[in-house]
Amino acid sequence: MIRFENVHKSFGHIEVLKGIDGEVEKGQVACLIGASGSGKSTLLRCVNGLEDYQQGRILVDDQLVDAHAASIHDIRTRVAMVFQRFNLFPHMTALENVMEGPLHVLGEPRAEVRERAEEHLTRVGLADRVNSYPSALSGGQQQRVAIARALAMRPDAILLDEPTSALDPEMVGEVLTVLRDLAEERMTMLVVTHEIQFAREVASSVFFLDKGLIAEHGSAEEVLTRPQNARTQDFLRRVTHPV
Amino acid sequence: MAPLSERIVEYLPLLISGLWLTVAVTFLSLILATALGLLWATMRTSGNALIERPARYIVEFLRGIPILVVLFYIYFVMPELGVDLSAFQAGVIGLALTYSCYIGETFRGGIEAVDKGQVEAAKSIGMRHGKMMRRIVLPQAFRISLPPYGNNMVMLLKDSSQVSVISVAELTLQGKMLASSTFDNLTVFSMVAVLYLCLTIPLNFLMRRLELRMGASL
Repeated sequence: MIRFENVHKSFGHIEVLKGIDGEVEKGQVACLIGASGSGKSTLLRCVNGLEDYQQGRILVDDQLVDAHAASIHDIRTRVAMVFQRFNLFPHMTALENVMEGPLHVLGEPRAEVRERAEEHLTRVGLADRVNSYPSALSGGQQQRVAIARALAMRPDAILLDEPTSALDPEMVGEVLTVLRDLAEERMTMLVVTHEIQFAREVASSVFFLDKGLIAEHGSAEEVLTRPQNARTQDFLRRVTHPV
Repeated sequence: MAPLSERIVEYLPLLISGLWLTVAVTFLSLILATALGLLWATMRTSGNALIERPARYIVEFLRGIPILVVLFYIYFVMPELGVDLSAFQAGVIGLALTYSCYIGETFRGGIEAVDKGQVEAAKSIGMRHGKMMRRIVLPQAFRISLPPYGNNMVMLLKDSSQVSVISVAELTLQGKMLASSTFDNLTVFSMVAVLYLCLTIPLNFLMRRLELRMGASL
């Protein structure tokens, strides 16, 4: 579904991705973990062309991702994205946020889009907030609207960039619950996360990134419970036992 | 000399006719300046050097010339090039051109102040540049630009008095003509000032209300 082949990416002279290989298969949940600055968010953003890359290939369903080609718009409608800071449209209600893509990008009929948008908001537990503006919603609620907005595109895969790290601790759970349900329904997801417990529960595979390279890759059990790489071991120790 | 109240009643119709012309000049040049300003701003934020540069040059060129010179140029030079314009038309175009630069820069500031995450969110649902500007960026940029836009509007209203130099008989010119025929400078120019305030004070009030209302949903 999503394949990385020797992906290199630099910001000016600083190389942040130094040859990434890997694959996320359909129906899988892959988690990208690693210290900040390891390149995991950058890698995620390359998949839908929010960042370009200089070398190698990223393929979505065998279609080459090129941030500068017209095809990128089409790829983006099939690979939705959820941001760390939600990025809801502040001048639209929750419902309008969810309807925006299907209605104005995919050009689907309004009545149908509206009905589906209401369903998506209901499923993330916000049936009573459809007409609220983002400014009137808590962080957890905003992120759930953002997930509904991604789902409304009926994507083949969803990219999530640290979906819970901007949330107050008591709101992390409500967002992870929604993501857990999606994983159970076999939604393909690539998730940058620091929630190791969550990764352990839902991830089919885990990539540990270190300084622009994949230092370790395997099942959640392999990477998170029996890490082989010294850096992975060190990282996990620091994340799970911060003091 | 007749009592003050009689003189006011006598002068008022002429000044009111000038006031209407002031409103007409301001209103028409504001619409034109806003449309052009929007064009300059979207060109300058297009990210494409071929589109961005011409807009930057036009804005810098026009901003560097005094309004009076722009007005003289349009009214006196254009006819020599075969474009005949009435004083009213020349006045509206001159004000609009000059103010399109100020308003354009105001909008550009607003567009650039919209959170980058908004652009990314719009892109991430597959939006192309044009639709993203129309549906996501410009509505938010407009709210951000509203206070400086309101200032521009009031300044444009006051600067509409400049078109008196090319013989558009708006409020200022009516006042000047009336004063020189009656020698009643104090009364006439006081009335002119009060009539301008009758326009600018409600306008300022209206802008503040609008800002409050638009800010509420952000």
